[in-house]
Amino acid sequence: MAKKTPFYDMHLKNNGKIVEFTGYLMPVQFEGIIPEHQVVRNSVGVFDVSHMGEVEIRGKDRIKFVNYITTNDVSKLALNQIQYSTMLYPDAGIVDDLLVYNLKDRMFLVVNAANTEKDYKWILDNKQFDVEISNLSDGIGQLAVQGPKAEAVGQKLFDFNLSELEYYWTTEVKIKDIPVILSRTGYTGEDGFEIYLDEKYAVRVWDMVFEAGKEFGIKPIGLGARDTLRFEMRYCLYGNDIDKTTNPLEAGLAWIVKFDKGDFIGKESLLKIKEEGLKRKLVGFEVVDKGIPRPHQEIHNEERKLGFVTSGTFSPSLKKGIGIGYVELPHNKVGTILKVIGKTPIDVKIIKGPFYKRGTHK
Amino acid sequence: MANIIEGVKYTKEHEWVKIDGDIATTGITDYAQSELSDIVMVEPPGIGQKIKAGDAVGTIEAVKAVTDLYACLSGEVTEVNDAVVADPSIMNKDAYGEGWIYKVKIDAPKEIDNLLSPEQYKELIAKS
Repeated sequence: MAKKTPFYDMHLKNNGKIVEFTGYLMPVQFEGIIPEHQVVRNSVGVFDVSHMGEVEIRGKDRIKFVNYITTNDVSKLALNQIQYSTMLYPDAGIVDDLLVYNLKDRMFLVVNAANTEKDYKWILDNKQFDVEISNLSDGIGQLAVQGPKAEAVGQKLFDFNLSELEYYWTTEVKIKDIPVILSRTGYTGEDGFEIYLDEKYAVRVWDMVFEAGKEFGIKPIGLGARDTLRFEMRYCLYGNDIDKTTNPLEAGLAWIVKFDKGDFIGKESLLKIKEEGLKRKLVGFEVVDKGIPRPHQEIHNEERKLGFVTSGTFSPSLKKGIGIGYVELPHNKVGTILKVIGKTPIDVKIIKGPFYKRGTHK
Repeated sequence: MANIIEGVKYTKEHEWVKIDGDIATTGITDYAQSELSDIVMVEPPGIGQKIKAGDAVGTIEAVKAVTDLYACLSGEVTEVNDAVVADPSIMNKDAYGEGWIYKVKIDAPKEIDNLLSPEQYKELIAKS
């Protein structure tokens, strides 16, 4: 039986098209993927991301422990700072990508919805040192308010200067009398923030956010546009671009792997992979003429198969097909023309950096 | 609930056919456009192309999905809707009207008997 988020009734009220996603009944779209995408790029939109998992780590050794199970270095985090990271299996395959919140007296790990149970079990199985681990996912509602007007909306809700909350920082505050964890984070490339709260306050906060955003034309946004928005920024999606068969180095996530921090799960295998040299890398490409790459399609050069597409879609901002996929080295150079093998082969060109370069995130 | 109009025939591939003498105009149904959502590309068959009922003769791509366009009836393509090729979102807005895709000169009128009535099509999508 699929679960409902605390905002489920709001989605019905807004005529959301509901689908089952990772065990939750979620809105895939309201007005349409493209119009919703544009609302976030140009103004402000609200995502229900309550399906995301939250695992809390308490105890005096929490920094030591989280450093052991993740690849980035949490000892570098100031109080209320957030870090993007991955958890690895001993063979360096990715368990999940996650955000680590360094809160007062606890760490808060925000994980992918589809992986919550798996991750929680993995963390428990690898428990060491003096820590307490709890899965808080079921009781927490989460909203992401995203877009160039997000700060203006937030400023009407919070009684502190929101511009002082920098990208990847968090604070525990109140909206009226409601305690929330507020963070300057998101998955769209636009400025914005996310609110974590007890599900019993969810509908009240939803209404307050929409009231505050009315003058900016605030709209609810479905999972469809969430995917096109993240994709234009080339953010990885677990299950598509990264999974247990991929390692963070080939996925372009070396920047969140800190070999000098001491031991962590997967370190030994990852060092070996690094030493032997990568065999393939995740690249971004855009379609030269027409066509849309789709996941699982093969990527070839004139002679043979070099890899496969992990994510592919139409970019509403660039108005053309874009894709991400693994390609054998050394065929990953920017500017290389390759073919994606769909029904008719599509010429694609490897490009550098995000597809969409005008995002407002700070 | 998907809109199913009278005065046209349907196929199980969610296309509609309007027959006017020996010319059949075809497009995708309201149900199909709603399932696909956000159509961004359409490749219809070419004018003059001979097509055979049931064959894949074109492609429709939406942001999240791709589907083939199947020939509803055999014949020769006489006209293609350039407006939907230029702006495929017309199919999302007006599937049975401005969103028509191409016209074909019917070769075998008896194939029309294989098409679904609005009532039969309604039953088909009720099951899906």
